[in-house]
Amino acid sequence: MSIRSTIIEQIRSICVSQGKPAPALTDGTLLLNTGLDSLGIAVLVASLEDKLGFDPFSRDDNGFFPVTVGDLIALYEHAPA
Amino acid sequence: MHQHRGGALWDLTARAGLSDTRRVSDASGDLRLADLGHAGNLEGGVETLRDKSVLISSARQLPAVAALLQLDGIARRLLLCPPDLAPEHLPAVIAEAEVDVIVSDGTGPGSQPPDGTTLVCLRDKLLPVSDIPRRNRVTDWLLFTSGTTGRPKIVVHTLASLTGPLDDGLAVANDAVWSTFYDVRRYGGLQILLRALLGGGSMVLSQANETVSDFLVRAGRSGVTHISGTPSHWRRALMTPAAREIQPGYVRLSGEVADQAVLNSLAAAYPKADIAHAFASTEAGVAFDVRDRLAGFPATVIGQPGAKAEMRVVDGSLRIRSARTASHYLGDGKVLTDAEGFVDTGDMLELRGDRYYFVGRREGIINVGGQKVHPEEVEAVINQHPAVQMVRARARPNPITGAVIAADIVVRPSAQGIPFETIKAEILEACRRVLPRHKIPATLHPVASLEIAESGKLVRPHA
Repeated sequence: MSIRSTIIEQIRSICVSQGKPAPALTDGTLLLNTGLDSLGIAVLVASLEDKLGFDPFSRDDNGFFPVTVGDLIALYEHAPA
Repeated sequence: MHQHRGGALWDLTARAGLSDTRRVSDASGDLRLADLGHAGNLEGGVETLRDKSVLISSARQLPAVAALLQLDGIARRLLLCPPDLAPEHLPAVIAEAEVDVIVSDGTGPGSQPPDGTTLVCLRDKLLPVSDIPRRNRVTDWLLFTSGTTGRPKIVVHTLASLTGPLDDGLAVANDAVWSTFYDVRRYGGLQILLRALLGGGSMVLSQANETVSDFLVRAGRSGVTHISGTPSHWRRALMTPAAREIQPGYVRLSGEVADQAVLNSLAAAYPKADIAHAFASTEAGVAFDVRDRLAGFPATVIGQPGAKAEMRVVDGSLRIRSARTASHYLGDGKVLTDAEGFVDTGDMLELRGDRYYFVGRREGIINVGGQKVHPEEVEAVINQHPAVQMVRARARPNPITGAVIAADIVVRPSAQGIPFETIKAEILEACRRVLPRHKIPATLHPVASLEIAESGKLVRPHA
């Protein structure tokens, strides 16, 4: 499964587990509008680390924080695995 | 030094009767208590140790028990050294406890004493002694706290504080055979040894490097009637078919939070046994036990003035004052009790309905985005799942919230065929029903086993 589809699937699955509808997601969707709050994003980062084997946030030293779903996917896709 | 009101350990043991059947045994041998009346195993006899500060060092527990019986009432101090004391801590321990003499069978952390400390050999066999020694002083019993980081603190008890009165109905018949998964050089194990010795019973000691199965088989053959351990000890014991080798009338849990799942498992495994979970700590002593097979304890236990152990809750944690409380820590600057003589246990309580529940240790709190989580409260929920044998909740570092909860799970042998994803989904479902979101594990991981420390407690990584 690609990084992109893994991320999309995980966001949906966390939303559903929190009793929210699975959101429609495009690259332009603001992370805040996905239904994930900061705890939801924290869970997302932990489960993506287990699925993908890395956590790009822990390596990021320029303070960049993703705002949209597309930013988040790019962060993972461009991280050295 | 005034005479011990109750007498020394040997005198009290003898007063309970010295029938031929009374023994203390381990996997390698046994000690017939009656033989100690006119024999001993300390090279040079006990008189050379009068008024000395003595560290007892042996890998096995049985030689240490023999030394305790011979030296209480004679030595100034007896330091019970558990086998896992790190060798680098020995010089500081010797200095702090002003140790004059190490009594050792050639094993244990003190078997190679530094310069300036005398070594007295603890022989394998008893040899006759001619004179009955006077055991007329109050000996300090020095115990290590069960803390897991750094050098453990040394707590000062006496035989009187270790055996102070409790209305717990455990003054049992003389033919009781006691046992414990604990090492008797720790508070929880020592309580059981002292009940066996003072109550007229026998004692089956556990032994390092013996498997849980072998220990249970040996305990069963010895006819163990009363047995204690931590909830972690019991969860591990119940994983082995050998749990069926014992038929105890009394099962005791202490040292960690006893959740409903482990109480139910023990009730199912030992339907005829009384099952008690006790609260005790090395510093505060035994405070109370609960025998209704329900987790937590009745709120009425707290705040009874004049109770044998008085308890109060301050800032969420349990404080205890009783005759069983240790007198002080050795060393400078460490205060054991508050101004009114209460020990702060650091064990956090939550009142739900008419019962208090232990939710965890104050220092074990995990911070998830500014909200507090006790790993034990998460574990209590997960332990209820029928496929779960043991679980450890821990902090997992997280760039968004600082930490999230992760849970390591040992699946029961009988549930090994079930896909972990199925078990995980059911556990998360159960967590969502009862826990607020920040306490729900972000990730669950199947593990083959979880480490249990020498203290009998689950090893917890420090976040």
